[in-house]
Amino acid sequence: MKRYSVFAIAREALRQHAGWERAWASPSPRARYDVVIVGAGGHGLATAYYLGKNHGITNVAVLDKGWLGGGNTGRNTTIIRSNYLQDPSAAIYEKSRALYETLSQDLNYNIMFSPRGVMMLAQTEHEVRGYLRTERANALQGVDTRFITPREVKRLVPIIRLDGPRYPVLGALWQERAGTARHDAVAWGYARACSAMGMHIIQNCAVTGVESAGGQVTAVHTTQGSIGCGKLGIVVAGHSGALADMAGFRLPVESVALQALVSEPIKPCMDVVVMANTVHGYMSQSDKGEMVIGGGADHFNNYTQRGSWQHVEETVRALVETFPMLSRLKMLRQWGGIVDMTGDRSPIISKTPLSGCFINCGWGTGGFKAIPGSGWAMAELMAKGESPLAEAFSLTRFREGRFIDESVAAGVAH
Amino acid sequence: MLLLTCPCCGVTAEETEFANGGEAHLKRFGPGSTDDEFDAYMFSRKNPRGVHFERWRHAYGCGKWFIAARCTVTLEVFATYPAQTTEPPAEVVATIKARRPEWEGFA
Repeated sequence: MKRYSVFAIAREALRQHAGWERAWASPSPRARYDVVIVGAGGHGLATAYYLGKNHGITNVAVLDKGWLGGGNTGRNTTIIRSNYLQDPSAAIYEKSRALYETLSQDLNYNIMFSPRGVMMLAQTEHEVRGYLRTERANALQGVDTRFITPREVKRLVPIIRLDGPRYPVLGALWQERAGTARHDAVAWGYARACSAMGMHIIQNCAVTGVESAGGQVTAVHTTQGSIGCGKLGIVVAGHSGALADMAGFRLPVESVALQALVSEPIKPCMDVVVMANTVHGYMSQSDKGEMVIGGGADHFNNYTQRGSWQHVEETVRALVETFPMLSRLKMLRQWGGIVDMTGDRSPIISKTPLSGCFINCGWGTGGFKAIPGSGWAMAELMAKGESPLAEAFSLTRFREGRFIDESVAAGVAH
Repeated sequence: MLLLTCPCCGVTAEETEFANGGEAHLKRFGPGSTDDEFDAYMFSRKNPRGVHFERWRHAYGCGKWFIAARCTVTLEVFATYPAQTTEPPAEVVATIKARRPEWEGFA
């Protein structure tokens, strides 16, 4: 793999850019791999990358039924933060945020990480108390957050209206080192690095069945034939239930649609990410100038990758109240993704009842921010059989009553 | 936007008038059941890609619970029926079979 650098750009500029090579190869599948990962989204590719980088396992295939990064990795609102209440969540999300800081250098691929700061507005007395508690929890966890006053909110976000009639801004939980990144680039960067290590990324290869012998996974059946595997990692977000069904177990997961929308591009007006969880809306401005807006999830099981209309209306109505200048904006695009929700709104990174088969799912509405940390923990779990970061997120926590209750900690908008 | 008909009061309305209550026809395992049974009843869900039976409540109407048979891929609502049953009625199963011949049936 040729390195990307300023010299490479200069060199290619002198020869009509004829020397750029493909970022990753498109090989045909071999008959067998040591590890097969199903799902070439951010989490799947990160798992493969850290298997190679941290554990020296490079005989790996990453399969995807569509194209890489075409699921939720390409459908989220790109927010990266780690201001969670519970210790296991703070540990994995903070690991993830820290890895994002140097990810461009590690991958030699510009993922455009922008530590612009994330602000979670407190618009009720309950939220004020909740965020003060989170601030203290974060201090103990080593996560750098601070509760700020409405005046500081106004200084950071001049377009905000503090004294809205229904939900005035009473303060905010501010994480200065949080931010956004280019979501596609995260998938592309990992894919390029995996391909460079000799791993196979096989697109348009849907898994149709899982084969096992004596309780041990042996192969996956795909639309490109049967592929043998020593270990199997299922990292397919919203479709985890279908894959688990093939592997012969059920998950405490339900799939629902979460949607986002972007406005027409406007001049720079807001250089931080603002989340308003009471009114179900969050917003940032992309580098192109579009306002990127996310809202609440639908509440019924859904695989359609589009959301219900009333949620768009709800989200936009709430944001217009807090940001009156948005009222004249036209919306350009709206889309949905299928998110896998667990009962406690925390993920599952775990062994499964099928030996050799591991699952990473349940990231619900907040998976993008976790990509590097999730891949790191999943790779460690698959390579060594245990991982300190993943331990609390095991599938058995439900029957044992060890919930990691983040639905209360973070409101709805993860 | 889903359109649902409440079988209790007969009103057809948009989904905003109803509240979803999750998977229907769960068999309750209480005291005396094994850990596996209770775990499965409490947490494990079918979450199918296709025909799904789910509970709804006519929250902004008559307030009654009922069950809807719906496709999670196309959002087509096959039928709604009262909740006082432990499995889908035969005519609902027939309706679904007619629309989805490949459906494996309620299990």
